[in-house]
Amino acid sequence: MATATLDSEVLLDIRDLQVHFDVRRGTVRALEGVNFTIRKSKTLGVIGESGSGKSVTARAIMQLLAKNGSIVSGEMLYNRQRDDSGDSELIDIAQQPSDSQLMRDLRGGEIAMIFQEPMSSLTPVYTAGLHIGESIQLHLKPRQTVGDQMAKAIARQNRIPREEARQIAVEMLDKVGIPRPEERVVSYPHELSGGQRQRVMIAIALSCGPKLLIADEPTTALDVTTQAQINDLMLDLQEEFGMAIMYITHDLGVIAEMAEDIAVMYLGRIVEQGTTDAIFYNPQHPYTRALLRSIPRIGQTEGSRLEVIEGMVPDPFSIPTGCSFNNRCPDVMPGVCDARMPELLIAGDGQRAACLLHDPDTMQEVTRARVH
Amino acid sequence: MLSYIIRRVGYSVVMLVLVSFVGFVIIELPPGDFLTQLLTELEGRGDRSAEDRVTELRLRYGLDIPLLPRYVKWAANFVRGDFGESFALERPVREVIAQRFWLTCALAVASILLVWIAAIPIGVFSATNQYSIGDQIFTTISFIGLGVPGFLLALLLLFYVVQFTDVDILGLFSREYRDAPWSFAKFVDLLKHLWLPALIGSITGTAGLIRIMRGNLLDTLGQPFVESARARGLKSRTVTWKHAVRMAINPLIVILGSEALPGIIVGNALVATVLNLPTIGPEFVRALQRQDMYLAGTTLVFFTLILLVGNLLADLALAWLDPRIRLE
Ligand SMILES: Nc1ncnc2c1ncn2[C@@H]1O[C@H](COP(=O)(O)OP(=O)(O)OP(=O)(O)O)[C@@H](O)[C@H]1O
Ligand SMILES: [Mg+2]
Repeated sequence: MATATLDSEVLLDIRDLQVHFDVRRGTVRALEGVNFTIRKSKTLGVIGESGSGKSVTARAIMQLLAKNGSIVSGEMLYNRQRDDSGDSELIDIAQQPSDSQLMRDLRGGEIAMIFQEPMSSLTPVYTAGLHIGESIQLHLKPRQTVGDQMAKAIARQNRIPREEARQIAVEMLDKVGIPRPEERVVSYPHELSGGQRQRVMIAIALSCGPKLLIADEPTTALDVTTQAQINDLMLDLQEEFGMAIMYITHDLGVIAEMAEDIAVMYLGRIVEQGTTDAIFYNPQHPYTRALLRSIPRIGQTEGSRLEVIEGMVPDPFSIPTGCSFNNRCPDVMPGVCDARMPELLIAGDGQRAACLLHDPDTMQEVTRARVH
Repeated sequence: MLSYIIRRVGYSVVMLVLVSFVGFVIIELPPGDFLTQLLTELEGRGDRSAEDRVTELRLRYGLDIPLLPRYVKWAANFVRGDFGESFALERPVREVIAQRFWLTCALAVASILLVWIAAIPIGVFSATNQYSIGDQIFTTISFIGLGVPGFLLALLLLFYVVQFTDVDILGLFSREYRDAPWSFAKFVDLLKHLWLPALIGSITGTAGLIRIMRGNLLDTLGQPFVESARARGLKSRTVTWKHAVRMAINPLIVILGSEALPGIIVGNALVATVLNLPTIGPEFVRALQRQDMYLAGTTLVFFTLILLVGNLLADLALAWLDPRIRLE
């Protein structure tokens, strides 16, 4: 079991997580050692090009990997706070079977997730209220009132009665900003707009008071105005409920607004993690810098071209040796970067970057070689 | 919802009128049909009772008036429950059909129940355990079931039973009950005989439905709402049945109404012929062979009626099950 301890402000610590998928052509090493931490009540933004493993990481945390995928090694240490006793225990999610009671309690109860496709994330034949109520009845336990026969019977069943669950559902719909929640609670998914559906998803996710909300590109499928509304809503609710958020996105502008911390992913690895300020104002990894240069900025000289990262993301079966970014890196050191694997090391303003430029041993060798 | 039902019933009535007209034309079509034969024969005899009978028949079937009014007359009779006469059996069509109708329905319901009880769980198992040994076994069996025609199965079974056992397999009743009036004992006897033809009749349907259920559920299991249901912490059994199967089953309702029900009633004529079952199917085939046109035409209209009612029930069931359809 996990002998490690966690800083009390850390909610989730991912250490050297490796996830592989079996496919016909062989093994896809989707995650090759992912390291990052999520702080309690803070937002971690996860960015990186398509295919870098952001969604796989999110699903690994939920123990919801596809059937052909498996967690090969690594730890996902979750700092579980017992609300009643105030004690905390450390759970290594990587060790928990997907269908175990513990995992099912965590999923939806303490770690909730919202997805990219609000249009099809609700079962079409069930109402919004049923979805929320289902989650509430599954995770929330009724409070026992001494002496009340009815309450005792319910507590023995250990389920919140349906009518009360519906009441909570209405409150939640109200909280996520759905007008006339009393009516909307019996609406079917097709009667709601995309933005409303994502609000319902958020209501479901937050109805059980999770400690962590994983949002995997929650606004990608929505129009720009709705995107902003949903993001604002998440910030407001974070203030109210105090949950941490793991926010996966391609939108660096949104990340700058929402996140306290940022993790940059490339080909199944975290190449840099640090505070938002550190990442934006003093990026240490060449990939992060390239990513930041690729966004348009207000005041940019008209006609000056947006920089794109040179080359293509290599396909999962031909990942370069050494640092996996070396074939596209503007600062590549031939003979060094393709031979050695960089580790995450402290660099810049206290962030951690996985680049040999920040590895003192390597740099010493490089300088010595140049001198000779 | 109400207007939807009314509209659907309206369409069905129009459809029924069209088909009944076709059925009527079929009745009239063959030049050497039973009625003309009978008339020539009676006229040839020339005696008084024959002459009376000829006039009666002419009047009853309106042979002196043009096609359209004749159709109206026939249709009016039909609605009143007078379906004409089976010349070959020398009994009113109504009697012939009534006798066989309920047994046909009993057999169809039994077959459909068997199909669903077998196919849904197997299809769900196959999809949730895709590529497992069990899935592969069921897949193989269901492909064989789809490929082998029902009447061949019936023949093989018949051969086996007659050859190696002393079970009385032919028909739906034991000898002593065949002509006995209805009683509880007769009903029990019917149940004893019913399962076998129901089983044979359901094999092809089961095989097909397993394939459809497996495919539908595999599609559904890949949908985002299934993943988000799992992300809510539901047990995988709940996710499968409450969310995935519940969605995957909707298209099957349509198949049940538009194919399975009529298919089992009509399509199993061959099986029923082989097993000598007192159902409508074999009688229809015989009526066609003998050009017993009133029996054939009436049966045809009844088949259509069953088809339309089946479709209607399926549509209503679907509208009840799927809120997205209710809206239209
Ligand atoms: N079930 C699977 N079988 C095989 N490979 C998979 C599977 N799921 C994910 N992968 C692979 O894992 C890698 C990471 O995928 P992932 O979906 O995490 O990317 P992502 O960073 O979320 O990209 P995007 O920004 O496009 O959402 C990809 O190479 C993908 O092909
Ligand atoms: Mg993704």
